[in-house]
Amino acid sequence: MKHKKYLVENVIHGVFLILGLITVGCVLLITVYLVMSGIPAIHKIGLFKFLFGETWASTAAEPAFGILPFILTSIYGTAGAILLGVPIGFLTAVYLAKIASPAVKNVVTSAVGLLAGIPSVVYGLVGMIVLVPAIRTCFNLPDGSSLLAAIVVLGVMILPSIIDVSITALEAVPKEYEDASLALGATPVETYFKVSVPAAKSGIAAAVVLGVGRAIGEATAVMMVSGNVPNMPSLFQSVRFLTTAVASEMSYSSGLQQQALFSIALVLFLFIMLINATLNFFLKRNKEE
Amino acid sequence: MKKRVLAMALAAITGVSLMAGCSSSNSGTVSTDGSTSMEKVIGTIGEAFQQKNDGVTFTYNPTGSGSGITAVQEGRCDIGLSSRALKDEEKASGLTETVLAYDGIAIIVHPENAISDLSIEDIADIYTGKITNWKDVGGSDTEIVLIGREAGSGTRDGFESITGTKDSCKYRQELTSTGDVITTVANNPDAIGYASLAALKDTVKPLSVGGVAPSESAVKDGSYVVQRPFVLVTKADTKLSDVAQKFFDFALSDEAVELISKAGAVAAK
Repeated sequence: MKHKKYLVENVIHGVFLILGLITVGCVLLITVYLVMSGIPAIHKIGLFKFLFGETWASTAAEPAFGILPFILTSIYGTAGAILLGVPIGFLTAVYLAKIASPAVKNVVTSAVGLLAGIPSVVYGLVGMIVLVPAIRTCFNLPDGSSLLAAIVVLGVMILPSIIDVSITALEAVPKEYEDASLALGATPVETYFKVSVPAAKSGIAAAVVLGVGRAIGEATAVMMVSGNVPNMPSLFQSVRFLTTAVASEMSYSSGLQQQALFSIALVLFLFIMLINATLNFFLKRNKEE
Repeated sequence: MKKRVLAMALAAITGVSLMAGCSSSNSGTVSTDGSTSMEKVIGTIGEAFQQKNDGVTFTYNPTGSGSGITAVQEGRCDIGLSSRALKDEEKASGLTETVLAYDGIAIIVHPENAISDLSIEDIADIYTGKITNWKDVGGSDTEIVLIGREAGSGTRDGFESITGTKDSCKYRQELTSTGDVITTVANNPDAIGYASLAALKDTVKPLSVGGVAPSESAVKDGSYVVQRPFVLVTKADTKLSDVAQKFFDFALSDEAVELISKAGAVAAK
């Protein structure tokens, strides 16, 4: 009797182990595949020329494969989205977690949830039809597709993750801290910014990193508003991101061009690994505190 | 994360399918090799052909017109695909061309644009950045916004080779689909773009080129110049295998006309 019980227990154990390994297997498979298909082109082009070359002309008679414009665009675009999205998202989170009445909180939280659920192609479409012509008129440009348009779209897209994670972090601050601060005569707003926020700072940092990850990995929406020309980045110029460089040329590519696209994907992958490592660092520190 | 995984999986599949080359002609196989621009046309016909004939395999190897012509010359495939007419020396080496269809490319502007006609030289000058303002070709005093397709696109390749602007176009935007090009041009009064003739919509205005408006008939009789032939290349002295001949006939039949226009080209028939 006892034996049978153990057997069932063991079998279920094994099933769970296999299910867990499937995920790990997928990650390993993608990593190995990406490294294997990304290395040859880098080797052929030369690491320095690939990472720091300023021209990308993959189908020209004398092709050039320099991805510096893409790397810089991805960094600038993400930084811009963070500059735009973090203040809005962070303050919204403080308001929702500490100040808002339950009814308001309910409505706004579900709106934020809805924002997270909108497919990125819809963001892109709205950006293309509303935002791009608006930028064109506002700044008196010949064309509105630009880094700025991509930054605005990305800034809105990262709001839900920043708000969600920040709220969780702020709500996890022990009530005693705030009570103590209020009892010592601090006003509620002083309490939020001098007690609650510092206590939740690791969680908020994690929210920002999560936003960075979301912004740097987005392809569809930015492809529709950024113009996709491999220029060196500038706010009102048409630019191409690491993600869109892969996505826009993959369908018809061949030979070295295709290998180079895999190499771009590898570079992007390394960026995202770095971001994940940073995220883990903050989350771990959060737990230790 | 999920999206990235999907994209990579798709990329992997594309990679594998590209590696599968142009196999030798077995009894039940029709192999084609060549122009990447013809992918849609030949793919649509091939699919319909496979559906009609059970057990027949149709393969298409997108290598480019030049490689396709070499492949058929060396007997590595049944039918070569070329998106340009054969050169005289290629014909002299024993190859025959059969025009399957024409690829007409419309030059489009915003409906409010006063321009309605450009010469092919003007179009080339505009796209290479020699002309940057609409007033230089008789329009309003605004900067011209150049909309094009991504590197590797068949339409871009077609447009640039016809206008002689290969690798020298100064695009403001490189979009990844015909639909995106049309939407963008429809939203910007200063934009000019190009799109496959079959995909045109009312939201944009197609320009006439050298006085000839783009239409199926103008493409067919050659008076509309922004066009190029899609050619099936075969060896003059070697007979096609039965199944390849069947495919060849099917591609030129009345039935294929509709398939070709669905794929965005004008059937030669």
